Amino acid sequence: MVAMAKNAGQDSIAQKGWLLAHKWLLLRRFSQLSILLLFLVGPWFDVWFVKGSMSSSLFLQTLSLSDPFVFLQSIFAGHYPEFTVLSGALIVAVFYFIVGGRVYCSWVCPINIVTDIADGLRRVLNIKTAFNFSRSTRYGLLIAVLLLASITGTLVWELVNPVTMIQRELVFTMGLSWIVIGGIFILDAFISRRAWCGHLCPMGAFYSVLGRYSLIKINAQNRANCNDCMDCYAICPEPQVIKPALKGSGSPLINSGNCTNCARCIDVCAKDVFTMKHRYVYSKTITSQNEVHT
Amino acid sequence: MSNLTNQTMQSRRRFLENISRAAGGAALFGLGLGIYSQSSKSLPADAIRPPGVSNEVDFLSACVRCGLCVRDCPYDTLKLAMLGDKVALGTPYFNSRDIPCEMCEDIPCIKACPTGALDPSLTHIDDARMGLAVLIDQEACIAFQGLRCEVCYNVCPVRDKAITIEYSHNKRTGKHALFIPVVHSSDCTGCGKCEHACILDEAAIKVLPIKLAKGEMGQHYRLGWEEKRRAGESLVTPDTQHQYNLPQGSRYDYEGEGLITPSQTTPFEKSALERLNEGKL
Repeated sequence: MVAMAKNAGQDSIAQKGWLLAHKWLLLRRFSQLSILLLFLVGPWFDVWFVKGSMSSSLFLQTLSLSDPFVFLQSIFAGHYPEFTVLSGALIVAVFYFIVGGRVYCSWVCPINIVTDIADGLRRVLNIKTAFNFSRSTRYGLLIAVLLLASITGTLVWELVNPVTMIQRELVFTMGLSWIVIGGIFILDAFISRRAWCGHLCPMGAFYSVLGRYSLIKINAQNRANCNDCMDCYAICPEPQVIKPALKGSGSPLINSGNCTNCARCIDVCAKDVFTMKHRYVYSKTITSQNEVHT
Repeated sequence: MSNLTNQTMQSRRRFLENISRAAGGAALFGLGLGIYSQSSKSLPADAIRPPGVSNEVDFLSACVRCGLCVRDCPYDTLKLAMLGDKVALGTPYFNSRDIPCEMCEDIPCIKACPTGALDPSLTHIDDARMGLAVLIDQEACIAFQGLRCEVCYNVCPVRDKAITIEYSHNKRTGKHALFIPVVHSSDCTGCGKCEHACILDEAAIKVLPIKLAKGEMGQHYRLGWEEKRRAGESLVTPDTQHQYNLPQGSRYDYEGEGLITPSQTTPFEKSALERLNEGKL
């Protein structure tokens, strides 16, 4: 039954058709690209829906939004913030707290496109590498980044942060950050699977923490239908989060903050095991139907 | 049972291994990054920060590198530091020889800043201190060669305060004046229009970050004349009327001249050599 990673999703495509088997992926790409485009129509066509970059922006000349992770670094560096950035970061943080922290990673961050393509290449060319970073490296980095900010009094991570760098240079002028994009691609494709987004990025770690108790979660609602094809594991950027929900006896909710709510598992599952709904209703219905106590 | 303990031991070992790998990696990474951050705190001399930045370290703790100030700069003066620039990544700066600051009265860059990294309490652009113009090469500046130029003076938005023209004697010709531009840090905003306008191939007047351009007197220095002016009187021994019994009409100069007698400006009418030759020593 165990399929090659290369063929992940074939059953689902056969069952639902290509479009439905890529529904969530297409929605995500649409979301990522249109957000990027919103930033770009300003400098390109002088139409300013959004000004600035993803670190901090001004939406329709009125609503100020700021990245809570960059904001947090600035607090740790000892800066007393203005109300604008404080409220902007709060709005964004509340949003991700509700929809899932790492929705930022899979629905907004353009680097996700790069690392997804790298992983796709691995699957197509059947590239296998043994080296893996520890999945907790990112939390170590997150702590190190915040500590360093307070020790040095500057936003240290923002001197090298490839995420904000690439987002900024895509919107402003492209410096040498192509090299960084290439570096992340090579790292993910040829050195270590899902190394950047799944193991190293402290920004992702921050959003994992932020979204740990988010309202919207992936739910292995119909786990009884699972035929162990392993496609979801092959496609998932954080496969370790699936097992407790899919194979455990407890809640079918994918509870880990590391789940990016990318919903690719929903796409590739021919048996419609997974759904994306808010966390309360489904844990209740499952409990009453299957008498599984959470 | 022993199998089970073995398993828990193994998983515990794996857990510890994982944690220590993560911690070790993070520590190593942190060390490198910390060292790098120290070197990037120094701003290159030709990179000038936008108005409202009083201190580079405070600025680097506050700026979130969003680029809103750059977007709202109507003259495209401000640039964002890109990867490969020597300025801290993503922070705004300008190079006054390329495009100087036009000193907009509404200061849109400060209005755009969401974090206060550009100090919103700066509302009057003349109070900005982005840098300080320094006439850095007196050998190249043509005013020092006795030629009329004064372009830097004429383009200065705070003319006659930030830059004045001081006249001095042209020793080469012996009969002309030099028209020397002099920058005053009390009024120079560091906008860079002077450097931009300097007619030389390489500007003789340059805007430098204030930290580079300014010297600072030790706190213990007290300038007697300043203190006297401030206090209205001398703070040390007050000047007293001369009490020596001098020849009539003579006076004593405290500032170095010594005894001055009214009758003769020089004590002898002829030089010592002439007097010696005349035998009248």
